[in-house]
Amino acid sequence: MSEQVKFTIDGKACKTQKGTNLVEAAKENGIYIPVLCHLEGIKPAGSCRICNVKVNGRFMTACTTEVSDGMVIENITPEIQELRKIIVETLFVSGNHFCPACEKSGNCELQALGYRYQMMVPRFPYEFEEKEVDATSQKFYIDRNRCVLCKRCVRSVKTKDGKSIFAILGRGHQAVINIDHELANQLSDEEAQEVMNTCPVGSILKKERGYVDPIGSRKYDNKPIGSEIEQITNL
Amino acid sequence: MNSQVQIAVEKYGKDASRLMDMFHHLMHEKGFVDDEDLNQMAEALDISKVDAEQTLSYYHFFNKKSRGKFSIYLNNSLVSQMMGRAEIAEAFEKATATEFGKVSADGMFGLFNTSCIGMNDQEPAAIINGVVFPKITTYRVRELIREFRAGKTAPEMINSYGGGQNQSSLVQAMVTNNLNRRGSVIFADYTPGEALKKLPNMKSRDIIEEVKNSNLRGRGGAGFPVGLKWDFCTKSPSEDRYLLCNADEGEPGTFKDRVILTETPHLLFEGMIIAGYAIGAKEGILYLRLEYEYLEKLLESVLDNFRKKGLLGKNVLGIEGFNFDIRIQFGAGAYVCGEESALIESCEGKRGEPRNRPPFPVQVGYLNKPTVVNNVETLCSVVKIILNGAEWYKSMGTKESSGTKLLSISGDVKYPGVFEIEWGMTIHEMLEMSGAMHPKAVQVGGPSGRLIAENEFERTICYEDLPTGGAMIVLGQNRNILEVALNFTEFFIEESCGSCAPCRYLTVILRNKLKKIMDGKGVAKDIDDLVHWGQQMKKANRCGLGQTAANPILTSIENFKQDYMTKIEKGKEFDTKFNLEAAIQESSRAVGRFPQTY
Repeated sequence: MSEQVKFTIDGKACKTQKGTNLVEAAKENGIYIPVLCHLEGIKPAGSCRICNVKVNGRFMTACTTEVSDGMVIENITPEIQELRKIIVETLFVSGNHFCPACEKSGNCELQALGYRYQMMVPRFPYEFEEKEVDATSQKFYIDRNRCVLCKRCVRSVKTKDGKSIFAILGRGHQAVINIDHELANQLSDEEAQEVMNTCPVGSILKKERGYVDPIGSRKYDNKPIGSEIEQITNL
Repeated sequence: MNSQVQIAVEKYGKDASRLMDMFHHLMHEKGFVDDEDLNQMAEALDISKVDAEQTLSYYHFFNKKSRGKFSIYLNNSLVSQMMGRAEIAEAFEKATATEFGKVSADGMFGLFNTSCIGMNDQEPAAIINGVVFPKITTYRVRELIREFRAGKTAPEMINSYGGGQNQSSLVQAMVTNNLNRRGSVIFADYTPGEALKKLPNMKSRDIIEEVKNSNLRGRGGAGFPVGLKWDFCTKSPSEDRYLLCNADEGEPGTFKDRVILTETPHLLFEGMIIAGYAIGAKEGILYLRLEYEYLEKLLESVLDNFRKKGLLGKNVLGIEGFNFDIRIQFGAGAYVCGEESALIESCEGKRGEPRNRPPFPVQVGYLNKPTVVNNVETLCSVVKIILNGAEWYKSMGTKESSGTKLLSISGDVKYPGVFEIEWGMTIHEMLEMSGAMHPKAVQVGGPSGRLIAENEFERTICYEDLPTGGAMIVLGQNRNILEVALNFTEFFIEESCGSCAPCRYLTVILRNKLKKIMDGKGVAKDIDDLVHWGQQMKKANRCGLGQTAANPILTSIENFKQDYMTKIEKGKEFDTKFNLEAAIQESSRAVGRFPQTY
């Protein structure tokens, strides 16, 4: 039997099993910590930094932090909310995100976070850097205009013998997602769909399948991201 | 299979964790690693091509296309700029009829910028086909290009040998040491092997205790207590442990390790043996930046000598069961690899991206085994601590900072070079010591450190007051502080690994805003924005490099706000110089309609 640990988030007493990561632990206690690169079941990357919280007074990414007994966590403070908003805005201007024309609109986690953090328009100027769309693969295409480099695809999509289909190419602001077309072409239709679902934004899209959900019934049309976790919506 | 790929793969036992070495082999043989090579390597190593390419594309000195028969990497660090880089760059472009970032039409010359190459005391400097050319003048540029065209090779253009071991037949480099001040620890007189004689009579525990008692702290910049790090490592249960020496020295303005590696490599290797013995390591790795490749033969010969003397190999020093050897792992141009967990990733053949912690490297490090990563200077200090004792070591320096520190001083000083000082010297004294000329500011600790003004010149160099990895760049009265901040910010943009979103792109946003101010289009709010946005970097990013990437902008605003104020539009709330017509030119051309101007 695993051990129970007690901790607090913004003063609220919480408990979970020892060894649980903070994002999941918060969820169990009805508290939403925003994530973008984190995906349950795969090794956390801590790369988007949006799940930053203060753990015992220090900034830490919740997805890479295991809860321990007595932890004091700050999740919703003006300082942290401002940091998260800045990260969302940074991601918007670092790519070319034209939501109205995007197949993922309404189901996009970045867009949903934009709403959640009440971003009217990013405070940063757009650079509109030219980015490539790669449609070489048979099953899906990659639109690098929309990629936020969360590395979910890099971490979770592997062939049966464990080889990577996605990897990073380059570094810094010029880093992009690279795809092994030969290996990607071996994926089944279901697996390709799974790859698309893995992507939080509209960067990896299954071919011949766009705009499936009508406006009004998309994932975030009626309820903001995180509301499924929270008992009390606290934006 | 392409024979060179086959040789490379087999030379390193078909081990994908040696990808870096395989790429180095191919780079040496062919000058590039192309798609065909990558496909074959992937197949031979049973990994996917994108994984191989992920590593390749991360490093500045690896490339998929030829970078010319002569690949010219001209340093674009701040001090290179201060010493006249622009003129040299222009001369190279003119002589080769090529632009920076490109290869000449005939494939002869490739011109590339590169981050600080550890030659700040002899700038402008360039690396051409692995040969370091310091103190380049326009005359020299024309001569080099002329002679290269006439058939000379880069080594054939070496026309002087710097002092000390640079003259050795194993080095023969034009680099000068500029060892301007020997202190009582690193550069004190020493009979090689003296400290090692004590080892057979000491238990690993004794060594750790001695180092703990000395209060030695990591000399790379972070200042973590060395004995404690070793202690943690030995307490992580494992059969295998590793000792890594960080000789990546990528912080612009630092070049102290270069001088250690040239003049007292035996001291470093002795330090590695002592540390290896203390933590029970089976192997030591010297992670050496490729910029210092010219020292390879010297270092390998010292290692060979050690092996012959029984100081490396099986039962080292006759100590039963102490089997330890050292190999050199070359980096390939990536500042982030100076961060210990990124360095480990790089040693494993991956892109040098810092790891999340916990776990710490002392728990889960190289090949997932407990690993200690120590700086070159740190390990050299260990040798003298073991030789002379912790009490002797503590008699130097200040209360919390024992011993000596190597400073790499460059910029507007009469005597740029390496100085070994006792901790506790004031900045003022340091400026006097190096012959500073009308100093206006000092960049303490390189771009990731702090830019300080005269009001802080009485502060002391020590962990209690002004800690530093030792890079000191002195800026004279006529230097433009905003240019300094711009150069350093561009350095961070170039060198970010790109993993954390804020480090990847907020740096670009900050740079653009800074440029706006420098172009005379800024307003007061732009300065406030720089501060507010810059402050997020410290909070948001994973590693120490990303956390400090806004320091050049933040500390220059903190200490030289006036320099920013004189550049902005007074009394304006927004940029009044915005030119609408110019801004819509491109779209006007695209639609073929131009607005009427009234």
